[in-house]
Amino acid sequence: MDRKLLLEHIGVEGIHTHDVYRKNGGYNAVEKALKSMSPDDIVEEVKKSGLRGRGGAGFPTGMKWSFIAKPEGVPRHFLCNADESEPGTFKDRYLMEKIPHLLIEGMILSSYALGCNQSYIYIRGEYMYVLQILERAIAEAYANGWLGKNIKGSGFDLDLAVSTGAGAYICGEETALIESLEGKRGNPRIKPPFPAVKGLWDRPTVVNNVETIAAVVPIVNEGGDAYAQIGIGRSTGTKLISASGNVNKPGVYEITMGITVEEFIYSDKYLGGMKNGKKLKACVPGGSSVPILPHYLVCKTATGEDRLMTYESLADGGFATGSMLGSGGFIVYDEDQCIVRNTWNFSRFYHHESCGQCSPCREGTGWMEKVLHRLEYGHGKMEDIDLLWDIQRKIEGNTICPLGDAAAWPVAAAIRHFREEFEWHVKEPKLCMTKNYGLVTEKLFETVNA
Amino acid sequence: MSQENIQFPEPLLQEVAREIAKFPEGKQKSALLSVLHIAQAHFGYLSEPVMDYVARLLHILPIEVYEVATFYSMYDTKPVGKVKLEVCRTGPCMIEGAENIVSYIENKLGIKDGETTADGIFTLKTVECLGACGYAPMLQAGEKFHEHLTEAKVDELIEQYRKNPTANYLGL
Repeated sequence: MDRKLLLEHIGVEGIHTHDVYRKNGGYNAVEKALKSMSPDDIVEEVKKSGLRGRGGAGFPTGMKWSFIAKPEGVPRHFLCNADESEPGTFKDRYLMEKIPHLLIEGMILSSYALGCNQSYIYIRGEYMYVLQILERAIAEAYANGWLGKNIKGSGFDLDLAVSTGAGAYICGEETALIESLEGKRGNPRIKPPFPAVKGLWDRPTVVNNVETIAAVVPIVNEGGDAYAQIGIGRSTGTKLISASGNVNKPGVYEITMGITVEEFIYSDKYLGGMKNGKKLKACVPGGSSVPILPHYLVCKTATGEDRLMTYESLADGGFATGSMLGSGGFIVYDEDQCIVRNTWNFSRFYHHESCGQCSPCREGTGWMEKVLHRLEYGHGKMEDIDLLWDIQRKIEGNTICPLGDAAAWPVAAAIRHFREEFEWHVKEPKLCMTKNYGLVTEKLFETVNA
Repeated sequence: MSQENIQFPEPLLQEVAREIAKFPEGKQKSALLSVLHIAQAHFGYLSEPVMDYVARLLHILPIEVYEVATFYSMYDTKPVGKVKLEVCRTGPCMIEGAENIVSYIENKLGIKDGETTADGIFTLKTVECLGACGYAPMLQAGEKFHEHLTEAKVDELIEQYRKNPTANYLGL
């Protein structure tokens, strides 16, 4: 039941090198694909696997691949999105740092499936040391004949290079990533045309997340059907979860889709429970953009079912009582944490990262940051809470890219579930200012548990 | 810096050529972000003459360089210290005590967020999520990550970088 498909060999000494990776079954999938599978066979296996985008959106990967346009004589490009910047998310960095050849192998398989001969990994500029690890691994892959001309006599050519960002969350949005890879500001493009038709240098392009690309390796090795048997329903396979916050064992975990949230937080196999024996107050299960869940909706859904680590179960109840699996950036808050402060912190992040193209996001994120700041620092008014609600509603859905939505959702969810704590900041500003968050939340716990 | 002094040494020119070669002919603008990283590491910051030089190297207009240099948060268009201490301030780091780390550094070095020490060695900057949430609090010094920070660890780092400021670069 408990399968590791990506991190199985993570503990093997020297697994970041080609030779050790190869000895542990590395590049078997490329060998198999180039010898016995057509590009369309691979697309078919990925479709059968039910693999969904691991960057946050959860869009079916096989379907995304099938959209790529194939005009005669126009090169196509495959890009890896390694611009991991969603607060709470650090799984791609872990994978690339520990087992870089897994990503390279996935890049070869995906590029072959899509008929791309020039592929790129776009990595955020802050991960400069990871970029160096990738470049060394790519050099090894060339030296061993996995990249370059006529790979292993198959007639398939592939050049792979890493390129870097320079500090911009927005470049994780695929059209902004493409703009950045063209050497421009990371302003998202209006869709359509979609990258599958007009992407990098106006050529058909597919962009996938690091973890999504790595998952293609076990899918080719074991077959799409076998992959689809792992997990529950439309949440197939395994997922990397990066956990942070007030837990005993933060870090990156590969989980089988479908384990319960309760097991993930409290069992010693995973996060080992809350640090210092504190009470769980809230959880953001999929990166800063997804709705925060109050403690009574973390392990159970609103209808009393066990909450599972799947796309569907985490979203159960919609935004009223659910959230999203998102990128798997799992942030846990204990009873001492202040939700108003956390929401202000996230709003500051989105304000800082807005590219400035669309007025609702450029202006709205700044207004939210300001209003939340005055609430947190004891200058807020009751009307401010409704004002915040109003601003976030006017951002959501009114921007070119999803950064606007991502900025709006955390504010909406915080007010929806923790309105009383916002009101406390207006009624008892001094109490909230003296860092006595515990007292404030204790009060909340009393009302919730009454 | 006068216009004439702005010139990469030969090894860096080779590095630039390697970045350009990653892209098809005529798409050399794609190497811009990488070349700006190289320029910033070498010249300390991206002055107007440095950006003009990069424009000439890539056969693009200076404005194309300026708009990129001012968009991305890692680029400095004003002088900074030899070692940039960039402390992550976003959610998961905040709840693990990033604010204390920032004020500890501020007091220790006698500078505020965004300022540089009088000896020109350290610049303190708070930055958004660096992808180390599970190992919080953390800071990035130049190209290096330092995680699970404590006051004692910050003392050590500052000591180490004061002795050897270039240690914050990984080297090519």
